[in-house]
Amino acid sequence: MNDTSQKAVHWNRTRNLMFVHITIWFIFSFVVHWFAPELNKASFMHFPLGFYMASQGSLVVFVVQLFFFARQQDKIDRECGMAEAD
Amino acid sequence: MSIFRMQGSFIENLPKIYGFYTGGFVVFVLLMALMERAGVKEDTIGLMFVGFTVFIYAVIGWLSRTMQLDAYYVAGRQVPAVFNGMATAADWMSGASFVAMAGGIYMAGHPYLAFVVGWTGGYVLVAVLMAPYLRKFGCYTVPDFIGTRYGGNLARLCAVIVLVVASFTYVTAQINATGTIASRALLIPFQVGIWIGLAGILLCSMLGGMRAVTWTQVAQYIVLIIAYLVPVIWMSNKQGFGVIPQLVYGDAVLRIAELETLHQVGVLKSAAQSGLTALNVKHNAPPDTFVGSVQFVTLVACMMMGTASLPHILMRYFTTPSVRAARTSVAWSLFFIFLLYFTAPALATFTKLQMLDPNLATSIIGKSVADVNAITWVQKWTSVGQVKVIDLNGDGILQINEFFMRPDIVVLATPEIAGLPYVISGLVAAGGMAAAMSTADGLLLAIANALSHDLYYKMIDPKADVKRRLIVARVLLIVIGAAGAGVASMRLTGILGAVAWAFDFAMSGLFFPLVLGVWWKRANRPGAIAGMVVGLLVGSWYLYMVYAGGMKPWIGIDHLRFGIIGAGASLIAMVVVTLVTAPPDKETQDMVDEVRIPKGDTVLGSTH
Repeated sequence: MNDTSQKAVHWNRTRNLMFVHITIWFIFSFVVHWFAPELNKASFMHFPLGFYMASQGSLVVFVVQLFFFARQQDKIDRECGMAEAD
Repeated sequence: MSIFRMQGSFIENLPKIYGFYTGGFVVFVLLMALMERAGVKEDTIGLMFVGFTVFIYAVIGWLSRTMQLDAYYVAGRQVPAVFNGMATAADWMSGASFVAMAGGIYMAGHPYLAFVVGWTGGYVLVAVLMAPYLRKFGCYTVPDFIGTRYGGNLARLCAVIVLVVASFTYVTAQINATGTIASRALLIPFQVGIWIGLAGILLCSMLGGMRAVTWTQVAQYIVLIIAYLVPVIWMSNKQGFGVIPQLVYGDAVLRIAELETLHQVGVLKSAAQSGLTALNVKHNAPPDTFVGSVQFVTLVACMMMGTASLPHILMRYFTTPSVRAARTSVAWSLFFIFLLYFTAPALATFTKLQMLDPNLATSIIGKSVADVNAITWVQKWTSVGQVKVIDLNGDGILQINEFFMRPDIVVLATPEIAGLPYVISGLVAAGGMAAAMSTADGLLLAIANALSHDLYYKMIDPKADVKRRLIVARVLLIVIGAAGAGVASMRLTGILGAVAWAFDFAMSGLFFPLVLGVWWKRANRPGAIAGMVVGLLVGSWYLYMVYAGGMKPWIGIDHLRFGIIGAGASLIAMVVVTLVTAPPDKETQDMVDEVRIPKGDTVLGSTH
């Protein structure tokens, strides 16, 4: 494969990864909190779930997600030969 | 201290150096505790805490002095991901996060958690959409990216203007916070405190630019996180909730709900008394109306998009050794920020329980007014006008709507409310000072660097030599700092109002030009200029109309959320103008391709 098509593959995969993470981000930033009153009827670790998500749950998701993102993107870069030298 | 000159060995020794520093700080805290036991006055301990920590930051700033361009602008691009994460966390967490956030949750309950979600989730946007690409670009400042990607001085100038408007709004609030803490700890008037605070801030940044700010911010993060976590863990342990309070305060939330019924929270209401408020809403009452839910998600959106547009945050990721390290560094930043943000709601909950639960010795609601007025911390904070007890119904018993306080004092007063030794209050003051100073440093440097690099060097005098550029940068730092302190001393805005506005200004002008600069190859110069100008103008117009012009906010989008309107207008203007004008030339399109892959050289040279 030549360099140009390799770049296209790399950018395609990078863009798909972006959409995945932005979707997760959207759900835990907005959707979950929109339904906080309903979620509060459930309980998680003794917390009302709606309160838990806003004070802790979404935050945990964001942190974990970013470490995953860094690994996944690095994998894409390496497989497409677009990674920096170590 | 020759290690600071031998960069290689200094970077390798970072864990050891900061481990030693942390140990030293813990010893200092223990020493203060012993002095308190030995009968040293509280004022002296507060003074020692603030004085000693600021002195250490100044020493680090002095040791990191430099006359090299890439060291001054981007810390030589060799800050390891984890340390850059700590520096970003300190850069990020301002006086508002440290001092005001827990208090806000205490007073406003669930709706205020929008700040907690918004000020963390924004980093997902930073990592996924921006930081790695800006690092690959190799710019010194954010306008440097705009100016090169879109080309031309006008685009660069627009970015500089948005940056200055947003960052200057922010920095006055931070200098205000440093002044407040310095005046209380050093027992000097507020007006003097501001200038002393500014002197400390400038000592950290002036001689070494980004390099000095980086290493002081790491030191400041260590102080501020210790200062935030220790009182909460101590208090939770005292109440029998164990040593990881963040995970187990669910029962406290439920207990508060019972007590709210007992004390009739939300039933007995009273209006604010000279800036002090009584507790009028329940702790766990999420918005249950359409407008309420819209207000929650729009505030979250503004804080997130603002995060991803604020230059003092983005420029931290220019300092990592590689694109890969920039990504990991965003993750570490968020982890270090998370440590404070998931603690703030726990702090608010425990403090509320302390005051409301009649089974606890520290409770005040439901006690006799005479008894409450005899409590030391109530007297102390009443004397400085931050707390007020008014027996509205004259029954001699303190009801929930008869106890007024300024929400900001929750963090500062909690050690006293919970009956912890004074040394903890001194520690908290040092932490608040570290939080406000580190953010002010980052902001001042962002403004001064944009003016010295983009305005002076790129537009006014491209022939200036290195020495001249670095002298101009430093003079600007002093001038902007003085201007910020001058505005802060007029006390125009509260801490939080100004902070939220900074986010709104930044997202209105910069969010879409930055994101689309990487993700939309077709985006061109006229489009970007239109995006910045229209975004900033429409945003400012909406802010003026709802804040001062008497206009009714559209579906609850008030002055804290005007960025939604500004950024919306910016997106429309940028897309429309781009599509009706010619696509960018081949050279620009190739540059965008180059930015999208990590390998290879940066687009801009290492010194430019």
